[in-house]
Amino acid sequence: MSANHDRANLLEVRGLTKIFGTLTACDHIDLNIAKGEIHALLGENGAGKSTLVKMLFGSLEPNSGEIFWDGKAVNITSPGVAKRLGIGMVFQHFSLFEALTAAENIALSLNDGSPISTIAAKARALSYSYGLPLDPESLVGDLSVGERQRIEIIRCLLQTPQLIILDEPTSVLTPQEADKLFETLERLRAEGKSILYISHRLEEVKRICDRATVLRHGKVVGHCNPRQETAASLARMMVGNEVKAVVRAPAEGIETAPALLEIRGLTRKPATPFAIPLKNVNLNVRAGEVIGIAGVAGNGQGEFFEAVSGEVLQQDAGSVRIRGKDAGALSITGRRLMGAAFVPEERLGHGAAPRMKLSENLLLSRHATDGKSFVGSGGMVKNASVYSAAQRIITAMDVRKSAPDPEAAALSGGNLQKFIVGRELDRKPSVMVVNQPTWGVDAGAAAHIRQALIELARSGSAVLVISQDLDELFELSDAIAVMHNGELSAPLPIAEATFEKIGLLMGGAEPGHAEHTMETA
Amino acid sequence: MDITVNILLTIATAATPLLIAAIGELVVERSGVLNLGVEGMMIMGAVGGFGAGYLTGSPWIGLLAAIIVGALFSLLFAVMTLSLATNQVATGLSLTLLGLGLSGMIGTSFVGQPGVRLPNLDIPGLSSIPVVGRLIFGQDPLFYISIALTAAVMWFLFKTRTGLTLRSIGDSHSSAHALGIKVIRYRYLAVIFGGACAGLAGGHLSLVYTPQWVENMSAGRGWIALALVVFASWRPWRVLAGAYIFGAVWIGQLHAQAFGIPVPSQFLSSLPYLATIVVLVLISRNKRLTMMNTPASLGQPFVPDR
Repeated sequence: MSANHDRANLLEVRGLTKIFGTLTACDHIDLNIAKGEIHALLGENGAGKSTLVKMLFGSLEPNSGEIFWDGKAVNITSPGVAKRLGIGMVFQHFSLFEALTAAENIALSLNDGSPISTIAAKARALSYSYGLPLDPESLVGDLSVGERQRIEIIRCLLQTPQLIILDEPTSVLTPQEADKLFETLERLRAEGKSILYISHRLEEVKRICDRATVLRHGKVVGHCNPRQETAASLARMMVGNEVKAVVRAPAEGIETAPALLEIRGLTRKPATPFAIPLKNVNLNVRAGEVIGIAGVAGNGQGEFFEAVSGEVLQQDAGSVRIRGKDAGALSITGRRLMGAAFVPEERLGHGAAPRMKLSENLLLSRHATDGKSFVGSGGMVKNASVYSAAQRIITAMDVRKSAPDPEAAALSGGNLQKFIVGRELDRKPSVMVVNQPTWGVDAGAAAHIRQALIELARSGSAVLVISQDLDELFELSDAIAVMHNGELSAPLPIAEATFEKIGLLMGGAEPGHAEHTMETA
Repeated sequence: MDITVNILLTIATAATPLLIAAIGELVVERSGVLNLGVEGMMIMGAVGGFGAGYLTGSPWIGLLAAIIVGALFSLLFAVMTLSLATNQVATGLSLTLLGLGLSGMIGTSFVGQPGVRLPNLDIPGLSSIPVVGRLIFGQDPLFYISIALTAAVMWFLFKTRTGLTLRSIGDSHSSAHALGIKVIRYRYLAVIFGGACAGLAGGHLSLVYTPQWVENMSAGRGWIALALVVFASWRPWRVLAGAYIFGAVWIGQLHAQAFGIPVPSQFLSSLPYLATIVVLVLISRNKRLTMMNTPASLGQPFVPDR
């Protein structure tokens, strides 16, 4: 495509380059965003999308290159400068303050003197008008990732920017929420605003974006009109070769297989005023099968994961049973020793200690289960064997990194996720529970993780996947249950499940009965 | 009756320097900076205040000097930890050691000299009302300043936009930076405010409490102020409560020792610490509130990636 140098360009980037040490994260990037267009930025993890966007938003300084805003050369030295120009940003790794309320978070980015109550009212009105309902008084620390993203979006819209940068905005939204977001974006486009849209979901890029710029290894590999491409051809441009589709071999004989993970009448009172209580949750996950749990963000999935993993102990030891034994009163380590493995939702800070090396993170989670191989006599850590195990996981999961054993925080989100999932898979656990396995992970890496989970199940383990990504659940589950308001529906076998049925349950159709009424209907 | 009033007055005098220093440190820690140099800034304030008062004969000039010396001394900490991103714990500890040593050296010629004392408030008529007159209208000026300071800090932190910004920096400096907030500038101002408060608290010691200069006269009060901030879970009115509980038990045990109560004096001397910790732990049982009020980025150096 020929370079678009007409006057309608809102933002023009020429030869933008950013070098970290020996790594050239962005290599002479050219990008034009016209007024009133939705422009997609595509690329795998580590392709340089985040670096580029950070330079546009002033949080990173380019080594060379020029940025033109409305035809004038500008020097975006800080996020404050970017905001004054009219650039708004919705971050992938949220830049929210957990100890503050939603309204206070919004007020902080507005810089006008209006009182918090006025801002709260404005935010509430705007959030409802865009179909992203928000309670401005709630404390961010109590909110799910989906709800936090709404705050980010509303906060950005309240600044009335000319250019809105959205980094993976739909990764935590339900299909309905995503539809509403697309309506919002189309409305903004009609108002003449420009949008730079970063996503891994090629279908939605095809659906709403007018143009696309594809990055690979820090370089622009092409510009295209996504509407004229197929998802497969876009993926090929991004990855450089074909993305392998996830293969789900039919599960055989799972009807007679023993249940390795049993949840019996799991009930939990809300721990904080904003938490969701769990109400009599029952579920069996048998050897050889993958069960998916769908649900809108913040319907008790987090509370459920905490109870199953042992982050919160249960009074009734029989409410969580692993391989036929009561585990409800056991700690995480106790449950791991029974052969279970857990991957929490948040990668940084929960799944991994950000400032520790990958090998140290490996030791942290597996010092008890792999005591013999990782810890020698007298409690001395066998650094060499921990290191080689970490390298084994890195190779098995194709984790891309800048140093042999980097800090967890130095990895991109998708690569860290691959490591955290790989860390558990490496143990060959008989029960695996994963919360949001591929949140914010690109197509290639997601396919890798999903395939690994299916293969684990087919080798005789019980796999439970909690996810807000319905495509993902349909790709890897043998049956899907839906969590709504702390209640779990009976699992619906994948052959009977449709987006519509699951969507109804997500919206609160009577759990446990919906599939029967539909079968008879 | 007079004895009771006298005891209450001594409690207020004991609590005031703790309160002033702790409120200053609370603002510093709310911005995400841990300055362990309170003791050092306090003793520098004490020697500066005494010296200026002694040389000019004016306790008010002494007080002003105490504030300035405390603020300048904290600036050293700010340059080290904020601009040069040194470790805050190590820098704070060395600030305390430096302050104790430096003040001793500066103060050699002041030892044994008569100091000037800040006069108590005296409002004709009101101050001579029995009982309440002296308690409400007859204390030293810093008592009133400390109470006003607590109220002002409370209002600033929880009612103003600047206060909200300061708290947000303490919660996550990287998020604040991403919003375009000038993290380092805010932290500089917070640290200097904390230093000014510690200096003022030191001035109280050498211009009100015992108007003379004695080496190491801060006697660990800076450390108590630091502990009060943590045990009060970074909330101003709890710092006030903590300072007064500490002051009350401190004075109470002194009287108990004077009475010759058959309890080992070491135990009595430790009572103020125990009582303050127990009370403040009891009132911070609410985990949620504690989570909301703890500055999550406390003590972490901030280096913006450019």
